[in-house]
Amino acid sequence: MINPMDIVIALGVVAGVALLLGVLLAIVSRCFAVEDDTMVKNVRACLPGVNCGACGYKGCDDYAAAVASGEAKPNLCIPGAAMAAEELSALLGIEVEAPADMVAYVHCNGNCEATFKKANYAGISTCRAASMLYAGPDACRFGCIGLGDCAKACPSEAICMKDGIAHVDTERCLGCGLCQTICPKHIISMVPQETEAVVACSNTEKGADARKVCKNACIGCRKCEKACPYGTITVLNNLAKIDYDKCTGCGACAEVCPTGAIRRVIFPDIPEGVSPEDLVAFPND
Amino acid sequence: MELFKSLIVILLSSVLVNNYVLSRFLGICPFLGVSKKLDQATGMGIAVTAVMLLATAVTWPIQKLLLEKIGLGYMQTIVFILVIAALVQMLELLLKKTSPSLHKGLGVYLPLITTNCAVLGVAINNINDGYDFLQSMVSALGVGLGFLLAMVLFSGLRARIDETNIPKPFRGLAITLIAASFISLAFMGFAGIVDTLFA
Repeated sequence: MINPMDIVIALGVVAGVALLLGVLLAIVSRCFAVEDDTMVKNVRACLPGVNCGACGYKGCDDYAAAVASGEAKPNLCIPGAAMAAEELSALLGIEVEAPADMVAYVHCNGNCEATFKKANYAGISTCRAASMLYAGPDACRFGCIGLGDCAKACPSEAICMKDGIAHVDTERCLGCGLCQTICPKHIISMVPQETEAVVACSNTEKGADARKVCKNACIGCRKCEKACPYGTITVLNNLAKIDYDKCTGCGACAEVCPTGAIRRVIFPDIPEGVSPEDLVAFPND
Repeated sequence: MELFKSLIVILLSSVLVNNYVLSRFLGICPFLGVSKKLDQATGMGIAVTAVMLLATAVTWPIQKLLLEKIGLGYMQTIVFILVIAALVQMLELLLKKTSPSLHKGLGVYLPLITTNCAVLGVAINNINDGYDFLQSMVSALGVGLGFLLAMVLFSGLRARIDETNIPKPFRGLAITLIAASFISLAFMGFAGIVDTLFA
């Protein structure tokens, strides 16, 4: 038979110990309080607080501390962009250059119509896992796997999956580059928002081989290289590459491209037929 | 002399034979998490040792003078968790004020130790083994040093692993766990040595 008094005593002792420790902690924290640097607080107030990590620090708090101590440059915040840089330069009294407005672009247009699957993948539903198995289930070993690792990593829910490939809603994109790091196929890169031509393919195989696995693939025909009046495009490893600094956005390359691998885009480029419901399937972790 | 001998036996057995990480599998989380670099591993090891000594110094009297006196020995787990967590918090606050450089060095590791099972394990095992206060403190020191030893050994091993070309399926955590199991096997070889040390 349990004596109810025992329970009460046990409860009382534990509660007493906890109370004593709580009071002690409160006293110690009051007596030994260290004032936080007001500079850190002010710097932190200028930052957007998305904790995306694009600056290379663990979060906005960490970056604010680094800026306040003069360790980090104040223009590393990409989501905050020009506004944060301006406020910070006013606060710190130094000139800082605003970071260029970059957005993520998925260099793949291998949608359901253009390409096919070589296998049915039934494993863990992440691109990282799928890509470890025979370079992924898709016929093209360079293309988007479409399981949405990037969408899950995106802090602003700017990426959605449509027709088996990832699309970036550039209006929402903060330019933090988290998707770029997480993509196991390395097909996402940051492009300047002013650019008007992008290569929507990452396949470096020879033209015929690339064409076999995807209708929209870059076949390395060099037509764009010749068509571009500014010498912007170079074809390297059977894949066109655009120098965004030189590109004027004339669109000559997109016109001559036989497969449509070079696309003319005007950012913000919201993918067609994408509704907000598409984003719900990939909530932030 | 007898006392001295018994203390040496406790110290050595807790460093080598009953190494908490490698033989009892306590404190695996920091062992795997913070052993990537030697300096971090050493910092964590020293911080754990300090907290273990402090925790034992506080929990042993609580058990003997409070809990056992009123027949509440069975509440030790809950009370010890409370006390250790509060203790580490207090230590952090004190360090932040009195020695900012030390706080910066240990800062990241201290909150991690709050719920480290190795610290709780030391406090409870000292009571279960029937040690007196001095023996408990020596045992805590030994366990802490054992933890430090395991961390330093393992960080060295991981540095070597990083430079090696490992088959793809084994990269990352897999090879780390395999390496840990080998060190653990090696430490099994110490069993029985300390008992016959003074025989």
